[in-house]
Amino acid sequence: MPQDHIISAKHLSRADIESVLDRAAEIAADPEAVSDRHAGKLLGMLFFEPSTRTKMSFTAAMKRLGGDIVDMGPVDQSSVKKGESLADTVRVVEGYADALVMRHPLEGSAKMASEFVDVPLINAGDGAGQHPTQTLLDLYTIRESAGFDDLTVGIMGDLKYGRTVHSLAHALTNFDAQQHFVSPESLKLPRGVRYDLHEQGASMREHTELDEVLDSLDVLYVTRIQAERFPDEDEYRKVAGEYQIDAETLASAKDDLVVMHPLPRVDEIASDVDETDHARYFQQAHNGVPVRMALLDLILEGNL
Amino acid sequence: MTDDQQLRVSKISEGTVIDHVTGGQALNVLAILGIDGSGGEEVSIGMNVPSERLGRKDVVKVEGRELSQDEVDVLSLIAPAATINIVRDYDVIEKHRVERPGEVVGVLRCPNRNCITTKDEPVDSRFAVLEDGVRCAYCDTIIRESIADHIHVG
Repeated sequence: MPQDHIISAKHLSRADIESVLDRAAEIAADPEAVSDRHAGKLLGMLFFEPSTRTKMSFTAAMKRLGGDIVDMGPVDQSSVKKGESLADTVRVVEGYADALVMRHPLEGSAKMASEFVDVPLINAGDGAGQHPTQTLLDLYTIRESAGFDDLTVGIMGDLKYGRTVHSLAHALTNFDAQQHFVSPESLKLPRGVRYDLHEQGASMREHTELDEVLDSLDVLYVTRIQAERFPDEDEYRKVAGEYQIDAETLASAKDDLVVMHPLPRVDEIASDVDETDHARYFQQAHNGVPVRMALLDLILEGNL
Repeated sequence: MTDDQQLRVSKISEGTVIDHVTGGQALNVLAILGIDGSGGEEVSIGMNVPSERLGRKDVVKVEGRELSQDEVDVLSLIAPAATINIVRDYDVIEKHRVERPGEVVGVLRCPNRNCITTKDEPVDSRFAVLEDGVRCAYCDTIIRESIADHIHVG
């Protein structure tokens, strides 16, 4: 079924996901074949909070499809600084572009913005809410590295504020996956995500220690404890520095365990893990370009 | 009509009697209806009166006003056992229980301070009604306890 907007991984079916991943694999195998496919098209970039990988990979993806971008630029140099509402900003920019990509610090911002525009809007992260395109590249990496059959996935770190975690957890309910969530008590999955997983009949367990599940995992998805999302600095200090892994930690893991991270990392994965066969996070980041090319291609063609 | 019903409903000539409201919720019912006394409405309230069905209940009587379906929908969130009695010429001409709606729009404030609906944007709050609470359609925050604390009218 065609989707106008990509707001939440909750709305992605297994067929939607496989459609994007299959297209991404085709594009990765022969990127030249699509190099002029969207010549003349423009992607509007609305980034209201910092981004490196997501913004650059969307830019690269659009340009590699032959299109170009129009970028709002830094928030402090935009009309937002003058007090313009988000609803007005997106209504203006939709007149300049064929599709929009938006990152915003507030939860629900992408959904609200999508109600004011007719061009497709892609959520590139809404506060602690959702980050569905990160999930698509995560799933691409999982499929490449471990396949989708009978998966046991550990997701560790900031599960409360981690939007990549929320999206991934929703998306994995489409597959035969057991999910183990590892976090401090104060950073457990939000009630809304747990509600959805329960409704979907997901196989899930929650833990406070990685060693309770490490040896059973096919994938370990690590996230940063995000200081910037904590309303209270003291709450952050209580958990900062916990849940770090290094090569020694992984000694008891399966040989083919895949370690992923949406990046940026700070100190939650030691650099000695980079040299092991487990590390997949840089490949994961590189996969952002073909996956976002595939997504843009399908959306601009109205085929998703 | 029983004596008990007569006692409760016969004093208004035209309007609505909201009966079997959860004890202590009458003032929240008025908030939902946007009644704060400034509009000159004639209102009677019984709070924590004995009830066979609920133990204790509140009763709200509003003269000269029949409730809209939207208002009844929202009432159902804080008073799921409530009955709505429409009174004309001193007679109850219609009586029905509230039913929980699929969603409520513009009446609850999301408790998530980071939710876009709490900012200065041209959007109404929208909550899906779950079996045991409500859920913000924008940020997915679920409210299960003290829903009335989040009523935001006017």
